[in-house]
Amino acid sequence: MPQLNMVQAINLALKEEMMRDPDVVILGEDVGKNGGVFRVTEGLWEQFGSERVIDTPLAESGILGISIGMAAYGLKPVAEIQFVGFTYPALDQIFSHASRIRSRSRGRYTCPLVIRTPYGGGIKAPELHEESPEALFCHMPGIKVVVPSTPYYAKGLLISSIRDPDPVLFLEATRLYRLIKEEVPEGDYTFPLGKARIVREGKNITLVAWGSMLHKVLQAVEGYDDVEVIDLMTLHPFDEETLFKSARKTGRVIIVHEAPKTCGFGAELSATLAEEAMLYLKAPILRVTGYDVVMPLPKLEDFYLPTVERIRKAMEDIIKY
Amino acid sequence: MPEKILESFEIRRLEILDPKGEVDESLMPSLSADEIKKMYELLILSRTFDQRAIDLQREGRLGTYASILGQEATQVGSAFTIKKSDWIFPSFREMGVYMTLGYPIHQLYQYWAGDERGLKAPKDLNIFPICVPIGTQMLHAAGAAMAAKYKRDPIAVITYFGDGATSEGDFHEAFNMAGVFKLPVVFICQNNHWAISLPRERQTAAKTLAQKAYAYGFEGIQLDGNDIFAVYKGTKDAIEKARRGEGPVFIECVTYRMSSHTTADDATRYRSKEEVEMWKLKDPILRLKLFMERKGLWTEPYQKEIEERSRQIIDEAVKVAESVEPPHPEDMFTYTYAKPTFRQLKQMEDF
Repeated sequence: MPQLNMVQAINLALKEEMMRDPDVVILGEDVGKNGGVFRVTEGLWEQFGSERVIDTPLAESGILGISIGMAAYGLKPVAEIQFVGFTYPALDQIFSHASRIRSRSRGRYTCPLVIRTPYGGGIKAPELHEESPEALFCHMPGIKVVVPSTPYYAKGLLISSIRDPDPVLFLEATRLYRLIKEEVPEGDYTFPLGKARIVREGKNITLVAWGSMLHKVLQAVEGYDDVEVIDLMTLHPFDEETLFKSARKTGRVIIVHEAPKTCGFGAELSATLAEEAMLYLKAPILRVTGYDVVMPLPKLEDFYLPTVERIRKAMEDIIKY
Repeated sequence: MPEKILESFEIRRLEILDPKGEVDESLMPSLSADEIKKMYELLILSRTFDQRAIDLQREGRLGTYASILGQEATQVGSAFTIKKSDWIFPSFREMGVYMTLGYPIHQLYQYWAGDERGLKAPKDLNIFPICVPIGTQMLHAAGAAMAAKYKRDPIAVITYFGDGATSEGDFHEAFNMAGVFKLPVVFICQNNHWAISLPRERQTAAKTLAQKAYAYGFEGIQLDGNDIFAVYKGTKDAIEKARRGEGPVFIECVTYRMSSHTTADDATRYRSKEEVEMWKLKDPILRLKLFMERKGLWTEPYQKEIEERSRQIIDEAVKVAESVEPPHPEDMFTYTYAKPTFRQLKQMEDF
């Protein structure tokens, strides 16, 4: 079985889905001949041609707007937005249309669209290239939000996202693109959207993370016994059941994300736990997150992102109760 | 080195039927007497629909409504050339388009009365729901055209918008996509001179809206939007060109919004009576009537007959719209996703 990094795993998923279904097309900036700025679509233009791997003009609202039209017509577009910070000019298309065309047309038109976009910090990139705005999209009914954390899961989750009948925002942690390699099988396999996975079982503390923060958490829990780690994988709709089960077992929950704390997705998880699992909790729910500031430039980004030390500090704090 | 002219352009304006009901025979499209009568009947039906909608709104039976008064020829004339296989992406002031295409009229009233079920297009009609955020639907049209081109479907995609929309970013992005990919899209602008309170000359410094197409590498044409023959011919030529794979066309239909922006607006705050009076003389229905009268296609009894028929159709539509069972609260959840989420399922237990 080949050892692939996340770029290669996503590329393989795209290739296999395009071979399987002629309605799957890719569009975005520099996705064709150049193979994408991160090379995620490398080789696909050569294999499938410029009608299916479409280099578009530089226009994010345009890319997603035409994707909605294509999806409604019957294609399955996989649109790439070069960095999640550049979805901002396209929010109108996502929020006003992609998310609600099924509802507004009472099911007459649907939007089976995947928006692939790199997110997150830790790569010393320019402004707006390291954003983590996942919570924005979780607040909008009609969209699903998926964040893979390893190459193996990235492939299966992307295949599920492409086959999903509704729009999916597929957030790819830029820092993870080439960080790890693992065995990624060829051929069809999927993971259901809306399902989390338990990466490590334990009885004392539950740590919840997604995307690149999962790896920070796994580093932080090294040497600690009996700590449970959940990779949420789909943020919207998220897997309440797995979360509750774990919280009821450990009674202590720490949520780690790199987005700012205020109204970050941790707030939703925390509020849900307070509503549904309060009586099982032995300690307050803690959040280790980015700060409530604009994502800083490279000189300060290491101070912004949650660190192993901050996560360990939270683990020590929570166990004291 | 002398300067060179790299590109220059001319903007054509098409007019066939003048306010006195006289036509330029050399430009007149081939239309049978029955087709012309059908157009006239659709104009009357559209106006009847519109007036009833305003009345119903005043009585509290409809919500805020955007009148089409004065723009009927632009809508009926263009939609008259659209085939069932074509795709249409309207904005929110195209009731005449919906009706010309045979959209169930009661559903239009249902929508304006606040029932989303009114937006569900019948299976045999590829029209998108009304679009509220200005200009955003033009991109969907470009996308559908791209998909049709990919699937080798010999169709045209038609999108409607107003003069205000030409200031939006999505207008630019849609025109650009259509030009670059040579898409089978017909962009129809109902230039009705007013975007709520902003007059056309404050929307852009360009002399015409039509000329904007040239910056994107395709043809723009202006026509008299109150002249149903010009609208019909301009649209028909553009749709045929799109179907032949020769790329997009932009049609600027110059018309006038005789009503306020919506029933929630008061146009007397920002425009003169004189301007409105001047446009009354250019009424699109009146001039077709004068033409038909000349040709012996119009008589008083005919007028009475079609007015009566329109009233009956509208009465019936209102009756159906108002007798439909109200939606069940659960209906809010049904179409968010193909399948409700676990959280939605819990929330649905409230009902």
